[in-house]
Amino acid sequence: MNMKVNIAGVEWKNPVTVASGTFGSGAEYADFVDLNKLGAVTTKGVANVPWPGNPTPRVAEIHGGMMNAIGLQNPGIDLFCERDIPFLRKYDTKIIVNVCGKSTEDYCEVVERLAGEDIDMLEINISCPNVKEGGIAFGQNPKAAEDITRAVKKYAKQPVIMKLSPNVTDITEMAKAVEAGGADAVSLINTLTGMKIDIHKRTFALANQTGGVSGPAIHPIAVRMVYQTAQTVKIPVIGMGGIACAEDAIEMMLAGASAVSVGTANFHNPAVTMEIVEGIEEYLKANKIEDVRELVGAVKKL
Amino acid sequence: MAERKKETAIVISQEKLADGIFSMWIQTEASKSAKPGQFISMYTNDSSKLLPRPISICEIDKENESLRVVYRVTGGNTGTEQFSKLCEGGRIPVIGPLGNGFPLEAAEGKKTFLIGGGIGVPPILELAKQMKCEEKQIVVGYRDAHTFLKEEFEKNGKVYISTEDGSMGTRGNVLDAICEHGLEADVIYACGPTPMLRAIKDYAEKKNIVCYISLEERMACGIGACLGCVCQTKEKDHHSNVHNRRICKDGPVFLATEVEI
Repeated sequence: MNMKVNIAGVEWKNPVTVASGTFGSGAEYADFVDLNKLGAVTTKGVANVPWPGNPTPRVAEIHGGMMNAIGLQNPGIDLFCERDIPFLRKYDTKIIVNVCGKSTEDYCEVVERLAGEDIDMLEINISCPNVKEGGIAFGQNPKAAEDITRAVKKYAKQPVIMKLSPNVTDITEMAKAVEAGGADAVSLINTLTGMKIDIHKRTFALANQTGGVSGPAIHPIAVRMVYQTAQTVKIPVIGMGGIACAEDAIEMMLAGASAVSVGTANFHNPAVTMEIVEGIEEYLKANKIEDVRELVGAVKKL
Repeated sequence: MAERKKETAIVISQEKLADGIFSMWIQTEASKSAKPGQFISMYTNDSSKLLPRPISICEIDKENESLRVVYRVTGGNTGTEQFSKLCEGGRIPVIGPLGNGFPLEAAEGKKTFLIGGGIGVPPILELAKQMKCEEKQIVVGYRDAHTFLKEEFEKNGKVYISTEDGSMGTRGNVLDAICEHGLEADVIYACGPTPMLRAIKDYAEKKNIVCYISLEERMACGIGACLGCVCQTKEKDHHSNVHNRRICKDGPVFLATEVEI
């Protein structure tokens, strides 16, 4: 049985990674998860300089999910390269570094710096709903998305995954734009912008007022957008959004995802990624499927 | 590698201590290495509530591999309300112990204040039980005369009480009680609402007393990965590389002088 997948020329041992921001750089979760068992680890977004993030409260629970407005707190690329990459390299897994920035120059600076580092892929975050500059500003306009893709591709030495926002009218337009800009893959969906009000305190649950909604509550939206995107572009799609078990991951692959990322579910069960890998294997065995890649886009019309 | 896990704890007993305040003993592996001031992540059995509730450890019984948690039910249809309905033999998923805990060694040979306010009172009990020091002064603040854990505190040190409505002990807050009794200390350990901790931090700075405070914040992962529960720090933190630290991982106990609250 084959569990290997090839994403833009990089071979993962299985199609499971983690969603950026839910897993740090893996150090904390390594107490709970054998990182060697993951197809890849996707790191928390890193910028050219350290970012302090948003005021607290930064997280809130909702029915079937959560909201966050962390604001991309990160230690900056220097400490990241010195500490986090060597840590992850000890494990037999692929390293995907998520890159954030406030301007095109910021993104390019980080991507250029990472060109000489021992990492496998880049994921460019143009879809964070919780920062005022950069982030989603590049991810809600096809022209801006294409331009930033083209700009980072000039400096990138690793395959570039563009991470798309669901907070758009038509995600396929964004996917087409980054494909035209030279993206090697797309990942989707980032969180949906939401708001929660604490009726007892009569104030916003998050200091940022709005935050990104994630968790099982958004899974059907993610499946729909992955399906639409996979029908539209030729580059591989990494599917994410509310995946909490192997069944959710398989559903995402049937919709057209070549690989999947697990996010919020890590908070509920720190070992969930390993369980998802095992669950996919069991599904393949039970259904006499030889190769996990047979699942990709295999949904049939009724 | 991967030596920690979420486990299923078993409820040994549950009782209501005061209005909205419940006490639960659970059998759990987390008891083996638990220290006063640490917390556990408690999960509901309701899959629509995904995030763990960080609950402080009130007592540790290593012999019987169990922990006591005393917690407030925060409203109807909440995770804590679900915890309060668990009975003996009930199952509750937990991860723990988490966080750093109170530094006991700082109290050796010293006069101490052990201060708890509201739902910050419970972790002070195990601290009081384990602390070896010259003079242990336990100062606990409640809303009214519906106190909890009072008798247990009395077995572990001299107890001073404040209530907001003055129905028991000193009217006002814990600092009013300290003032009224003319108490003094060399080291302070405190847990409670932020306004109380802010006042204690100011008090300690004015009197030049070493002060440890246990902070609370909304958490998602509980293990230091998501950066949901940070507090601001005076100096740049070596891990975050910015002026904040993770309450779940680097705390919840901090030297009062190192944090901005």
